[in-house]
Amino acid sequence: MVFPGTWSDRDCAHAVLDVLQEPVRYIDHREESVDGLELVILPGGFSYGDYLRCGAIARFAPVMEAVTDFANRGGLVLGICNGFQILQEARLLPGALLRNASCEFRCEWVHLRVEQSNSAFTLDCRPGQVLRIPISHGEGNFFADAETLDTLERNGQVVFRYCAPDGRVTAESNPNGSLRNIAGISNARGNVVGLMPHPERACEALLGGDDGLIVFRSAIRALARVAV
Amino acid sequence: MRYRAEVFVTLKPVVNDPAGLTIRGGLHALGFDSVTEVRSGKYLVLTLDEPDAAQARARVDDMARQLLANAVIEDYRIELQVESPSPVVAGGGPSAHASGASVPSERLRRSGRGGGS
Repeated sequence: MVFPGTWSDRDCAHAVLDVLQEPVRYIDHREESVDGLELVILPGGFSYGDYLRCGAIARFAPVMEAVTDFANRGGLVLGICNGFQILQEARLLPGALLRNASCEFRCEWVHLRVEQSNSAFTLDCRPGQVLRIPISHGEGNFFADAETLDTLERNGQVVFRYCAPDGRVTAESNPNGSLRNIAGISNARGNVVGLMPHPERACEALLGGDDGLIVFRSAIRALARVAV
Repeated sequence: MRYRAEVFVTLKPVVNDPAGLTIRGGLHALGFDSVTEVRSGKYLVLTLDEPDAAQARARVDDMARQLLANAVIEDYRIELQVESPSPVVAGGGPSAHASGASVPSERLRRSGRGGGS
């Protein structure tokens, strides 16, 4: 998906098309259908200049109605960074992302602990696996009220947590103040996932690591499972 | 009738406000030690044409719920007043402007926490 201000669309396309050899189509925000697609990625960036709130305006783009229908039918949707913020504004995922606790834009490699392998984007992972993937955001501080947090935990909807290299979830490894170190969550069904880190920027050893590939590979395998 | 609506969007009390904390730190650095808390937020001014104040308020409330505030993290407060009529064009000038501005503005103030919580 490409909104005005999206900046990571080509990185995502590179990961899927060039690295994984799967077909890619850029979806313009003015389109009204996502028919024929198997996976929709909302990439990072600053859609609509982040005016009002990150993702608040993108949510009303014509294409988002089609994306919402697609998600509600069980279609696979991945929101990365600004895409995660858009999915929350669109109420496809719970919670919100506040300004980083440090008030700084953080651009660095972090470690993520995979909390569950039931979502479409972690099928190929084993729970407890640690991935090294970069972040690049100013507003990634995950917030949800206590009740929502408990529901997420109980349903296994917490997908990724910021952790130390050895997998321990510590305050020091939390780059933005996210509650319970949450870096990524899924909806109850597991077909919609949002995360702040950028797996598409960790798809080649030449670029510093390829731990992010497993997120896209998982989705491809999930699609093969449900293929009609 | 033309109305002017001021919308104040603030983080809910339970939501941490890193910007507010940073501003408080800056104030303390300047010696304003009496400041115990700073909460930051957004201030929006809307001008709109609606038949009456009740409808104007209802419309702005709807806007706040749908877009201007995010109920997950924010509250909002709306202040509404009648926009002063434009100055009369014929024979305009400072006096005409002054008379336009002197029309008493019906202050329709109602405070209350929004955000649909």
